[in-house]
Amino acid sequence: MTAQPLGGVSIWLVVVGASVGTFAIRLSFIALFGRLGEVPPWLERALKFVPAAVLTALVVPRLVYLDGALALGVDNTRLLAGSLAAVVAWRTESMLWTIVVGMGALWTLEWLPL
Amino acid sequence: MSGSDARSAFRSGVRDVLPALPANIPFGVIAGVATVGAGFDPVQAAAFAGMLFAGAAQVAAVELVGERAPLAVVVLTALVVNLRYLMYSASLGAHFRDLSARWKLVVSFFLLDVTYALSVAKFEGPNAPDPTGAGRWYYLGTAVPLWTAWVGSSVVGIVFGARVPQSWQLDFAIPLLFMGLLFPALDGAPSYLAGVVAGVLAVAGVGLPFNVGILVAALGGIVAGVVAEGVGTGAREVQEQS
Repeated sequence: MTAQPLGGVSIWLVVVGASVGTFAIRLSFIALFGRLGEVPPWLERALKFVPAAVLTALVVPRLVYLDGALALGVDNTRLLAGSLAAVVAWRTESMLWTIVVGMGALWTLEWLPL
Repeated sequence: MSGSDARSAFRSGVRDVLPALPANIPFGVIAGVATVGAGFDPVQAAAFAGMLFAGAAQVAAVELVGERAPLAVVVLTALVVNLRYLMYSASLGAHFRDLSARWKLVVSFFLLDVTYALSVAKFEGPNAPDPTGAGRWYYLGTAVPLWTAWVGSSVVGIVFGARVPQSWQLDFAIPLLFMGLLFPALDGAPSYLAGVVAGVLAVAGVGLPFNVGILVAALGGIVAGVVAEGVGTGAREVQEQS
């Protein structure tokens, strides 16, 4: 299933492909306005949920997987520290505090002889 | 519009974006570390930061590169993470309708969460500047410091990335960053459901072929949100009729 590591050319293709595609997304409606008038309602309804869905999909696996295996117990320090950080993120909505508390909790849990 | 108007609008944008920089600088450093860690050489990593100008998508993409995912999946995942810019483009497009084609390219390049949020607040608030006049300079004033800080902090991460001890577990800062972005984005029951469904699917999809787990999870979450909202609206309409 796993391929060879991406070579230099492939990495440039990732850089250019993702950058050009993202630029097209950013330009889309800014360029189309005047010709289009407004965003189709069905698209607007769907786009509203993109941040919630994408960000959760990026976060959760990083907390519950430990060395490639599902780890939902108290020995998973990342899950514990991440849960505490989630509470901080929810209460403060501050990125800085979320990182400070989360990293601090992880180091504390790792280095404390519990 | 005089040159001094443009300059003062630009400066006002710079002032407004400064509070957002402290959170962005560690993000850039961490993204730089992750990018060289996944096998990008320093030039590729710096180019990626400067051309993509989207931290969450960059981190998601380089992780997949590190996991040997196929090229198409890497690019598609980055684009799905950046789908939210469609929303911003639509919202700002109305304000920037009368800009020249060249300016439209410029404002589009710099469009992301912070520049969007500041500019929309400015254009829809009291004493709003004309987006085709001083407004575009205000927008650039928010964008240029942000881009500069992003690329600068990325370079710091790229240069020192190899020297950060593994025991610091700096990669754990990435999910923490995303959490900091996630909670402000949650608004109402359907968006919570979108998050829960995407999270469950992401965990279930870790072993999926071609590393399509994040793609499937994100799309599944979006569908769940749309359906939940539709059901909620339907239920309200039924209540109102009865």
